[in-house]
Amino acid sequence: MILRDIIKLTISSLRAHRLRSALTALGIGIGIAAVVLLTSIGEGLQRYVLSEFTQFGTHLLMVSPGKTKTAGISGAVLATVKPLTIEDSESLRGIKDVIGVVPVIQGNAEVEYGRRGRRTTVIGAGHDAPVIWKLKVAVGRFLPADDAAAARAFVVLGAKVKQELFGASSPLGSRIRVGTESFRVIGVLETKGQFLGFDLDDAVYIPTSRALETFNREGLMEVDVLYSDHADVERLQTNIKGRLIARHGREDFTIVTQEQMLDVLGYVLEVLTFAVAALGGISLLVGGIGILTIMIIAVNERTSEVGLLRALGAKRIQILVLFLGEAVTLSALGGALGLAAGFGIAQLLKLTVPALPVQMTWPFVLFALALATLVGAVAGVMPARRAAALDPVEALRAE
Amino acid sequence: MIRLQGISREFLVGDQTIKAIRDIDLFLDAGEYVAIMGPSGSGKSTLLNIIGLLDRPTAGTYLLADQDVTSLSDNEIAGVRQTKIGFVFQFFHLVARLSAAENIALPMILAGIPPAERRERVNKVLGSIGLSDRAYHRPDQLSGGQRQRVAIARATVMNPEFILADEPTGNLDSKSGQDVLRILEGLNNQGIMLLVVTHDPEIGARARRLIRIVDGAIESDIQQ
Repeated sequence: MILRDIIKLTISSLRAHRLRSALTALGIGIGIAAVVLLTSIGEGLQRYVLSEFTQFGTHLLMVSPGKTKTAGISGAVLATVKPLTIEDSESLRGIKDVIGVVPVIQGNAEVEYGRRGRRTTVIGAGHDAPVIWKLKVAVGRFLPADDAAAARAFVVLGAKVKQELFGASSPLGSRIRVGTESFRVIGVLETKGQFLGFDLDDAVYIPTSRALETFNREGLMEVDVLYSDHADVERLQTNIKGRLIARHGREDFTIVTQEQMLDVLGYVLEVLTFAVAALGGISLLVGGIGILTIMIIAVNERTSEVGLLRALGAKRIQILVLFLGEAVTLSALGGALGLAAGFGIAQLLKLTVPALPVQMTWPFVLFALALATLVGAVAGVMPARRAAALDPVEALRAE
Repeated sequence: MIRLQGISREFLVGDQTIKAIRDIDLFLDAGEYVAIMGPSGSGKSTLLNIIGLLDRPTAGTYLLADQDVTSLSDNEIAGVRQTKIGFVFQFFHLVARLSAAENIALPMILAGIPPAERRERVNKVLGSIGLSDRAYHRPDQLSGGQRQRVAIARATVMNPEFILADEPTGNLDSKSGQDVLRILEGLNNQGIMLLVVTHDPEIGARARRLIRIVDGAIESDIQQ
């Protein structure tokens, strides 16, 4: 039999039951559309979250106080955790490959200028912050490299705070109140947008030592370290660990690199994407059962046709191929339909709900199409084998 | 030519064995015109199915053109059916969704004959049964006699050595039946062996050899 004839015969029998074929294909189509859409959203989410995190650069590591361990530590031991200090943070500067260090404190405080006030995020940071966090100064300059112990009372405003307190006028040189103390404005940052829903422009930056006083804290929340592109990260971690253990006497801090964080995050999101793909897979399975049902019906209806074909010299394998071809054609058709629908809806979502990250990924799409065809083939095998196994005399008698 | 020796066919119905064909010896020469008659359930259709290689005997040997076909594999038998035997059925057995031309082309499609050659051969046989103008009609747009003529065209398109017809006129009015018989006899005149199973005494009288079967055995075998 020529392939072209197989296809023609297959299509002729599908066309003989147009509505039934269309509905069966629709079942598979919905499954494929679900897989395509769900994976697109999953993948979009993954990219969105990762890009949110990597906007700060990837050559970053964070030191935070306290040692995270799975084994429990008694409260008495925990109490001996020493706070991370600005001195600890400064001590990291000499280490090889370290480009910048920022001792970080974050809190909320009232910021006032004249009669205007606003409760906003106050970030205690050092002069390396623009490099590490990729902040850009719009006007003036960022916090200077003052001696940590005697940092001058300067403040740099986020774009939104500046707008709220000063409007269009220049804030440079003005004195504003942050918490209970007075700070001189020396710079305004460019707008940076949101990070996971947190408005980065609704913040002011003051020297860390001043922030410690403002929030009445003993230690830092974390120390952010930027290292060079070609750094050996493991050795760098060991070095930092050694330096801090030397100062604290024990390992009462935790080092996490941005890469480790992204790895974990990426893995979680990948699992998520896979999980939603599996959800779509369930509807695909249901579609497959639809094909199985229709093919069983088709074989029963066309028993006498099978007998005829056998009388005309068809081999069993040819009967098998014809029925299997029908199942595969149905599912491939449905798959293509679902792909088009999924693609269309994804594009529509992009247009109507721009906030929802939707990202089609070709490997998933091709996988879905292959899966649809496979589903058809698997669903078609049983009925097709049944047809091929029919006894010609019995089959011819059926009507 | 066909030679049957000691052919039997038993069916198991429940726990009983029923002998549909009992120890039949039969020789049919090339180009013969043979009618097989007998009461219902006498085994004449079973015999036709065995000769047509749709069914296998439970005992005996069947030589088709000096080849023992009882020992052939399923695929080899399909090949023999394809090239040597043409079937004509009482209920036509046309595929409803295919046109007359497509129905006639079916055996050639199964045999993998290229479309250009198929078209040529289909046109030729359509002409020989006088249905050239009905090539693209579907079976439900044809009369019973026309359907059976299409079925005959399909049976001859592979140039078989034998045509096996099971009650070919059983479902037709007498005029259409006459037409169909004339076409079949015309094929016989061209040298194709024609084997007809029938209830119709008129066909029995027209055949050159009449075999009567009763209870699965040959009762009489008369050259007329």
